[in-house]
Amino acid sequence: MSPTTATPAADPRLEVRKTYKLYVNGAFPRSESGRVYAVHAASRGRGAAAGAGSRTGALLGNVAQGSRKDARDAVVAARAVVAGWAGATAYNRGQVLYRVAEVMQGRAAQLAAEVADAEGLTAARAAATVAAAIDRWVWYAGWSDKLAQVVGNLNPVAGPYFNISAPSPTGVVAILAPQRSSLLGLTSVIAPVIVSGNACVVIASQDRPIPAVTLAEILATSDVPGGVVNLITGHTAEIAPWLASHRDVNAIDLTGAADATGVDWGTLEAAAADNLKRVLRPEGVGSQAQEPDWSATPDLHRMTAFLETKTVWHPKGR
Amino acid sequence: MTTVRPSVAQPPASASTTARDLLGVSRLTDAVLRRWLHGLPGVDQVGAEARVAGLGTRSIKTTSKAWAIDTAISMIDLTTLEGADTPGKVRSLCAKALVPDPTDPATPRPAAVCVYGDLASTARNALGDSPIHVAAVATAFPSGRASMPVKLADTRDAVDGGADEIDMVIDRGAFLSGRYLQVFDEIVAVKSACARSDGTSAHLKVILETGELATYDAVRRASYLAMLAGADFIKTSTGKIAPAATLPVTLVMLEAVRDWRELTGTQIGVKPAGGIRTTKDAMKYLVMVNEIAGPDWLTPEWFRFGASGLLGDLLLQRQKLATGAYSGPDYVTID
Repeated sequence: MSPTTATPAADPRLEVRKTYKLYVNGAFPRSESGRVYAVHAASRGRGAAAGAGSRTGALLGNVAQGSRKDARDAVVAARAVVAGWAGATAYNRGQVLYRVAEVMQGRAAQLAAEVADAEGLTAARAAATVAAAIDRWVWYAGWSDKLAQVVGNLNPVAGPYFNISAPSPTGVVAILAPQRSSLLGLTSVIAPVIVSGNACVVIASQDRPIPAVTLAEILATSDVPGGVVNLITGHTAEIAPWLASHRDVNAIDLTGAADATGVDWGTLEAAAADNLKRVLRPEGVGSQAQEPDWSATPDLHRMTAFLETKTVWHPKGR
Repeated sequence: MTTVRPSVAQPPASASTTARDLLGVSRLTDAVLRRWLHGLPGVDQVGAEARVAGLGTRSIKTTSKAWAIDTAISMIDLTTLEGADTPGKVRSLCAKALVPDPTDPATPRPAAVCVYGDLASTARNALGDSPIHVAAVATAFPSGRASMPVKLADTRDAVDGGADEIDMVIDRGAFLSGRYLQVFDEIVAVKSACARSDGTSAHLKVILETGELATYDAVRRASYLAMLAGADFIKTSTGKIAPAATLPVTLVMLEAVRDWRELTGTQIGVKPAGGIRTTKDAMKYLVMVNEIAGPDWLTPEWFRFGASGLLGDLLLQRQKLATGAYSGPDYVTID
């Protein structure tokens, strides 16, 4: 303790602790269940390789433990906003995503500290991870008005018609966020889903939820309409089956099922088949599923996985 | 507690006689009605609101929930009251009433389809000889601003069109300015216009439009006035004025019908209408009916929901119970 920060014993300041809440429909409610669970820091120095189960560090806080009903409410919120978000111009969505990067930049120090605690990274590596996450938003923001040119097409047809295929968002997407990469990985699964006009319900990393809560606060203050991203913290194995079987969810990203405690992604995919959801599987096969390397420059597959193709015929004049 | 007696439709001519007997007067006047209505105990506003808030916290689960959902569906007056209504829209609403959920034939049907009077015959034809009633709004719905001959013609027209139930609006202007006898006489006259040539009579629901009555005391007085004049049902709202049905207002009306049966032996129904959209809302009403009026009112004969969107949400919850997975709006018909 340095002498300059020491306060006189007669005037102790009460610690102001933070309540970590959910992010649903643009608001920050507690879980309807009233539950919380303790989140601990990863032991420092072991790096991102420290998996679930090695959570022996200091108590970081009590985080809301979301329930199936919180997820249900989040789906309702996402469904309500998806038409408006999908209807926004691609240019506008790109600006909004870029704005997220701007606001993140202003809170980079806080994010770096939280990522360091959550993932057990050194300060330098945590700062680099946050910078990469900010750049990831910018990278995806640029795609908003280019996606249609790349995956859309003017199809040659045997008749006097223009035949145009254009991508459109699939609707409400449930996302199991990566368990290990609490910010870069989270960004890398949310941004590609919402850039094309989808709304999403995200189950944050079970053991590393605090950077996700901060990202939710950033999203709430950066022009992303409430309900486009809904973030539930809690036990992945408890909530994921309800989203997988939910009839009003159009697609599910199972990336975070790799390494999640008690989650069998094959069962989730089977449940998702009930209403023909689009499913993005985790990398790897069966129980060998693993998280991808988030530091690599992404390709388009996380965006194209959650698109539908709309084809229109238009008579060709002279 | 008095024994349950189904409400016997009183001969309209005797409504005034019954009222005179009850009030102990030889002639009904505004002054007499005013003295009686203003002699009713006042409503404890804070108490009523606290009571409904308390009842709203009841948790209804599993088999009770399944029962409540089915009961609520069977109590719905499936309603379309838009200027843009067409015979086609009414027919599609009737089709929905006949088969609420094509994926589950065990789904109960709503109690009635509620339309404007000119579409009553369309609804009757579409419903065929099914037991689903046709309810028609009449008497210059929703404002009630028309002359008496027009209101009576409106009512007869709907009854002739095949309406089983008539939803009339009271003249709120007359009620609020204290012309109680005029309101009383109008209800009596409309009730007599509900008579059919074969001697039977369409059920009369009296809409108090509580959103315009301002206080719970006025709601209580309007309820008693409507019951005194021979209403078969008292209904909160047209759905065209905000606030429409609220829990405290319905509580006051349920207390009124409960006390009315104690007083006269006649059971009167209650219908909240407007603003009831979710299963959770409907459950709160059912809990309140049971706790305030009693289980005798927990049937479509004595309690109704005036709603259109509510059926969709009830069906979603029903599907959730049946399949174990959350359902979505893609799986019910849109109105």
